[in-house]
Amino acid sequence: MSIVHIPFLQTGTLAVGGRLLSEDERSLQSQADRPSSLTKGHRACQGCAEALAARWVMDTAVEAAGGRLIVANATGCLEVFSTLYPESAWKPPWIHSLFANAAAVATGIVSALHAQGRDDVRVLAQGGDGGTVDIGLAAVSGMFERNDDVLYVCYDNQGYMNTGVQRSSATPAAARTATTPAVGRSPGQAFGQGKSMVKIAMAHEIPYVASATPADLRDLEAKVRTAMSMHGARYLHVLVPCPVGWGSESSQSIALARAAVQSGIFPVIEARAGELTDVQRIRERADVEEYLRPQARFAHLFKTGGEDALARWRALAEANIRRYGLLEARS
Amino acid sequence: MREVLEGSQAVARTVARCRPGVVCAYPISPQTHIVEALSAMARTGELADCEYVNVESEFSAMSVSIGASAAGSRAYTATASQGLLYMAEAVFNAAGMGLPIVMTVANRAIGAPINIWNDHSDAMALRDSGWLQLYAADNQEAADLHVIAFAAAEELEIPAMVCMDGFVLTHATDVLELPTAAQVDAFLPTYAPRQALDIDHPTTIGTMAGPESFTETKYLQHLRFLDAAGVIAAWSERFHEAFGREAGGLVSRYTADALERSRDAAPADEGDVTVIAMGSVLGTLQAALPALRAEGVPVRLVGIGSYRPFPAEALRDALGGSRTVVVIDRALELGSGGVLTGDVGRALAGTRSRVHSVVAGLGGRPILEESLRGVVRRAHAGELGALEFLDLKEGGVPVPHAGATEVHR
Repeated sequence: MSIVHIPFLQTGTLAVGGRLLSEDERSLQSQADRPSSLTKGHRACQGCAEALAARWVMDTAVEAAGGRLIVANATGCLEVFSTLYPESAWKPPWIHSLFANAAAVATGIVSALHAQGRDDVRVLAQGGDGGTVDIGLAAVSGMFERNDDVLYVCYDNQGYMNTGVQRSSATPAAARTATTPAVGRSPGQAFGQGKSMVKIAMAHEIPYVASATPADLRDLEAKVRTAMSMHGARYLHVLVPCPVGWGSESSQSIALARAAVQSGIFPVIEARAGELTDVQRIRERADVEEYLRPQARFAHLFKTGGEDALARWRALAEANIRRYGLLEARS
Repeated sequence: MREVLEGSQAVARTVARCRPGVVCAYPISPQTHIVEALSAMARTGELADCEYVNVESEFSAMSVSIGASAAGSRAYTATASQGLLYMAEAVFNAAGMGLPIVMTVANRAIGAPINIWNDHSDAMALRDSGWLQLYAADNQEAADLHVIAFAAAEELEIPAMVCMDGFVLTHATDVLELPTAAQVDAFLPTYAPRQALDIDHPTTIGTMAGPESFTETKYLQHLRFLDAAGVIAAWSERFHEAFGREAGGLVSRYTADALERSRDAAPADEGDVTVIAMGSVLGTLQAALPALRAEGVPVRLVGIGSYRPFPAEALRDALGGSRTVVVIDRALELGSGGVLTGDVGRALAGTRSRVHSVVAGLGGRPILEESLRGVVRRAHAGELGALEFLDLKEGGVPVPHAGATEVHR
C-alpha cells in the first residue's frame, strides 16, 4: 500500500506528558526528575498560567545552565505568591529587589560574576507585563542596548493583576479592567493604545527575541533552550492567561492561550538580531470569538452595541495574520 | 606621597584602591569627575577585576549595585541631587536587604528651581533611608572616608553614603596624601557577605514580609543601626592608628584657641557659644572664628562626622553643656527650620542649651566669614533668633533687565 504522511496531531506533541513520543523527544516537564525550580506550596491562584509557565521556563533554563542559574525577579504576582516570608518556593538562588529594576539587578549580578571570573553561572531575569512593558521598560531597554548576558522573561497577563486588575500598556483593546471599566461609549481599554514589547525588543537588535505560550510546552521549552544556548541580551515574551484578571474559568487557561495563537491574536515568533526568523503557523484556525467569549473582561462585546468592537478585533487578528504570514504554508 | 589633586580625582583613586568589583553610575553634576576617572581606570586596567557599567539612569545604577552586592562583589556608585532622588526607591531597598554598597554623594541642591550648586538638601531627603551618612570636611577626609565607609558598611551590612560638598570639594584642588594600595589592602578586610546569591548555597533574597514579621524586621534593622555608631568610631580609630591622620568619627572636636581639629580637644564650656556644622563649611568656620576669640567672644566649634547614625551622645559630650548652640544648616525643612537643627535639638532635649538654626549656603550661595562672625556675635549678645537665613537679601533679588520685561507686558 502507499504510505500517506499525516501531520502528527496526537496529544503527545503538545501535552505535558508527551508519552507518545520517544524518551529523548519528551518534554522536560514529563520527566520525573525535572528540576521543579518553582516548587509546590506557593500561593498562586487556581489556573494561574504564570506559575505554570514560570516553572517550565525556569526548569528548562536551570537544566540548560547545568543547574547553575541565578534569578532576578520583579515585584508582581510571581514574586508575591512565591516568597511570603519565611517561606520560598524557589530552588535556585533568587532575588527580588523592586518592581522596575529586575533587568538592572540582573546586570549587576552578571557584572559581579564577570568581575569574579565566573563564567559558569547564568542569569535570568523575569517579571510581569507591568514590570516589563511599563514601569521597568527603561531598565529592560538599558540591559538590551548594552547587550548584557541576561535572558529576560516577561510573563504577560495583560494587566496589573496583583493589585486588583488595573490596565497596563499590555492590556488589549476593549478589555475591561478596574481602571478601564466597561461603561461609556467605548467600553474597556481604548483601541489604538498599548505597545508590542516583542517589537520593541526586536528594535534593539539583540541576539534573540521570541514569544510563546503555555499552550505549547515543547515550543516554550525549545525557545528557552535556544535562548540559553546563546549569550548577550535575550528576550522571551510569554502570554499567560489569568483567570482572576480575565474573568475566565480556571480550567480554561491553556485553551485560551491556544485560542489566542490559533486566532492570530498572539503571534508566536522568533527573531535574531532584529530579524524575524520563524513564525508558528496557525494549525487549526479559530475565530477571535473562541478567545474572547470565555473571558468576562470582554463580555460587553457580546451584548448589543458590541458588534463594532468585535469587528475591530477580527481586523486585529487579520492584520497579524497578514503581517506574520500566519496562514502561509511552511516553505 | 603628597600630591596636588582635585577632590573628585582623589576620591576616584581611593575608591579604586578599595578594589570594587562593580562600579556603576549615571552622570550628574557635580559627581561626573569621579565616575569619569573610575571609568578610565577600569579601561586602562589600573582598576583591575572590576566591571564599570554605564546605565540609563540613577535608578538602574543603584539597582545594578544591588545585584552586584547581592552576588558577592564590592559595589560602588556615585550621584548627587536629582539623581539621588531618582534612585530613592532602590536606595531604601539596598539598606533593607543589608547590602553594604558605598555611594559618594556630591551634595547639591534639589529643584525646583533647578540649581546645580551645593547644599545638603539631597542627602537630607534620604536621611531615613537606612544608610550610614558620613560627611567630609575637606578633600583629604573625603578620600579617606571611603576606606572607612567600605570597612564599616561591610562589617555592619549597612550601605554607606560618603557626602562631600559638590563643587566646593569635588572640583577643588588641594595638596593631598592618598591612602596607598598597599595601605588599603592591609586595612580593609576582603568583602565576605554572610548571605549571597550563590549557586552552591541557594537562598532567596528579598521576600515579602507581612504584618506578622515587618515590625520585627525593622526593629532588628534599628538595633543594627545602634551598633553602627560604635563601629564607625572603631574604624576611624583604626584609621588614625594606621594612617596617622584623623578621618571620620562621629563628632569632630576643635581646640579652644586656634580651632584646630583635634581628637584630644577639650569639650566646650557652659558659657561658650558653640557652633555646630557639617561638611566643608567647617573649614570656613575654622578660618572665620579665631578672630572672634581675639574679640573676647568665647566661641567653640564642633563638627558632625556621622549624620546617620546621629551621634547624640558624642555630641553632648563635645558640647560640654554649652548654653548657646548655633547650628549652621545646609538644608531647610520647610516651615520648620534647618534639618540638622532638628537632630541637634532632639539630642539636646532636656538640657539647658538653647539651639539657634542658621540656614546658610542654599543652592551654592557663598558662606562668608564675616557673615558667620556676625551670627556668632549676635548669639553671644543674646540677639540671635531661633531661625535665621544667612545673608538673606531682604530687599529682594534685583531683576537685571526690568525695563525689557515691562516692554513685553
